[in-house]
Amino acid sequence: MTDLATRPSAASSIRWAMTDIGTITKRNLLATIRIPEALFFSALQPIMFVLLFRYVFGGAINVPGGIPYVNFLMPGIFVQTICFGAASTAIGLAEDLQKGLIERFRALPMSRTAVLGGRTTADLVRNVFVIVLMTIVGLAVGFRPVGTVADYALGCLVMLLFSFSLMWGFAYIGLKAPTSEAAQLMTFPLLFPLTFLSTAFVPLQSLPGFLQGFAQHQPVSVCVNAVRSLMVGGPFHNPSAVWGSLAWSVGLLLVLAPLAVRAYRRLS
Amino acid sequence: MSSQIAVEANGLSKTFRNGEVKALDGFDLEVPRGQVVGLLGPNGAGKTTAVRILSTILQPDAGSATILGLDVVKQATQVRRIIGLAGQYATVDENLTGYENLTMVGRLCHLSKPEVRTRATDLLDQFGLADAGGRPVKTYSGGMRRRLDLAASLVTAPPVLFLDEPTTGLDPQSRLALWDVIDALVSSGTTVLLTTQYLEEADRLAKDIVVIDHGRVIAKGTPAELKADLGSTVLELTLESAESAASAAASLADLSTKAPHVDGPTVGLTVDAGPSVAAEALRRIDAAGFDLIGLNLHEPSLDDVFLALTGRKAEVDTDAIAQTSGRKGRRTKESS
Repeated sequence: MTDLATRPSAASSIRWAMTDIGTITKRNLLATIRIPEALFFSALQPIMFVLLFRYVFGGAINVPGGIPYVNFLMPGIFVQTICFGAASTAIGLAEDLQKGLIERFRALPMSRTAVLGGRTTADLVRNVFVIVLMTIVGLAVGFRPVGTVADYALGCLVMLLFSFSLMWGFAYIGLKAPTSEAAQLMTFPLLFPLTFLSTAFVPLQSLPGFLQGFAQHQPVSVCVNAVRSLMVGGPFHNPSAVWGSLAWSVGLLLVLAPLAVRAYRRLS
Repeated sequence: MSSQIAVEANGLSKTFRNGEVKALDGFDLEVPRGQVVGLLGPNGAGKTTAVRILSTILQPDAGSATILGLDVVKQATQVRRIIGLAGQYATVDENLTGYENLTMVGRLCHLSKPEVRTRATDLLDQFGLADAGGRPVKTYSGGMRRRLDLAASLVTAPPVLFLDEPTTGLDPQSRLALWDVIDALVSSGTTVLLTTQYLEEADRLAKDIVVIDHGRVIAKGTPAELKADLGSTVLELTLESAESAASAAASLADLSTKAPHVDGPTVGLTVDAGPSVAAEALRRIDAAGFDLIGLNLHEPSLDDVFLALTGRKAEVDTDAIAQTSGRKGRRTKESS
């Protein structure tokens, strides 16, 4: 019984935190594949966006530099999709809270960061699959990335890191939301302006002047420009956007992760 | 650590909604090692809040509590290693199988993988879930979920177990089955703090009962002591008709400490010295020529105790509680 009162060393705390995050990640991924209907429809939505913009709106949108709209579009759709994917962090956490699972976790001797860490890691893994799926769909509708495979992979990493940072903000929303339905509704006022008042679907020049300032500098646009620079290049070659997106991601993570962790610790 | 008290709480207080709702107001508790203590109280009395503080989920505004000598606030992580929590709100993941739920909890309690596998299989066996272990929990019945929930709280074989209304919303058969499981745990030496709003459950399982209302302890003792405190025995005599019952009641009135209660052909008397008064009552009935059909002399039930202590019936509408599960339900409950 004497070992009960001893505190574990820092090294073993970190090791256990990683193990706990792994356990929760596995649980979340298992839950995802156990509901194939949800998996199917969450994959369907971005595909419909691709088809909608590629074949319906695309013809009306002029892209500078004479490159095909589909090449302009795909990096935008990628980033929009992984932002929406990040919102599932809010919904998942709110659901776990609502069902009482988090109550059980909080009475277990597990790491205090594992519930949030495991949720965001699982959602990140999901976003990896989404990017693979979208790449295939993109190639099927005429997306022809320029540049090396390494550039393409770097583009994917840039947006995955961005989505990971956003997830901690959505985690905060999920912990504050009264129900999972409310959590979902609460993500829209953030997601819509960020993804649509951006350079994801239209060139900056086509926006009215008063929106251009916001649309040019807000983090989703910066991320889209970074991905476009790496995957499409040409007139969109923009290395400073890559650094800009990484800076946004790290900055957001440093602010949002402690906020979410604090909200988790203060649950009542 | 050598203390004989497994769970101790001193002056716990907790308010919600910026002080509007006082869930606990100077709550004290002592649970001796290896015993079952029943925390009995109506909805909103503070039972769940007390358990959530004792199981480190919630921090008290004032007061302190220890589990086997470890402080629930300052040594929360160590406390979490020696407690198990099951009940209405600590729950299981319905997308995972029963086996996966148990192994997940085992891993989160930092048991080794082989240990976790053995333990999960044993517990599924022990709780009659061996066949269902490979199925997602969403296919389980309410009784099966509760058993799995209880099994999940036992993965580490904790010396102290909190059961928060373990049978609320269960059908009678599942309730009896769960009682047997809890009995077995207690005989193996586990200390149990059980909250319930069913008097029958507290009477059946707990050695000591603590009655709580408005966040405070209003009475405690063994079920027999609590009933004895009420100070009287109930004598029920059943005659051949309601008319004879009414006239018998009049001739027996001086034997009862309260006005006799007539219900159809049955006369109920509240008496101090049970057997001798019963003999006197029988003599009078015989002399008056009534036919006696039945006689029942019994101690007051916990229901009577509860009614006397809180001024209201204990068993409230539990269907409504079962329906408002989840977070919304929890908040409503604590504020009620």
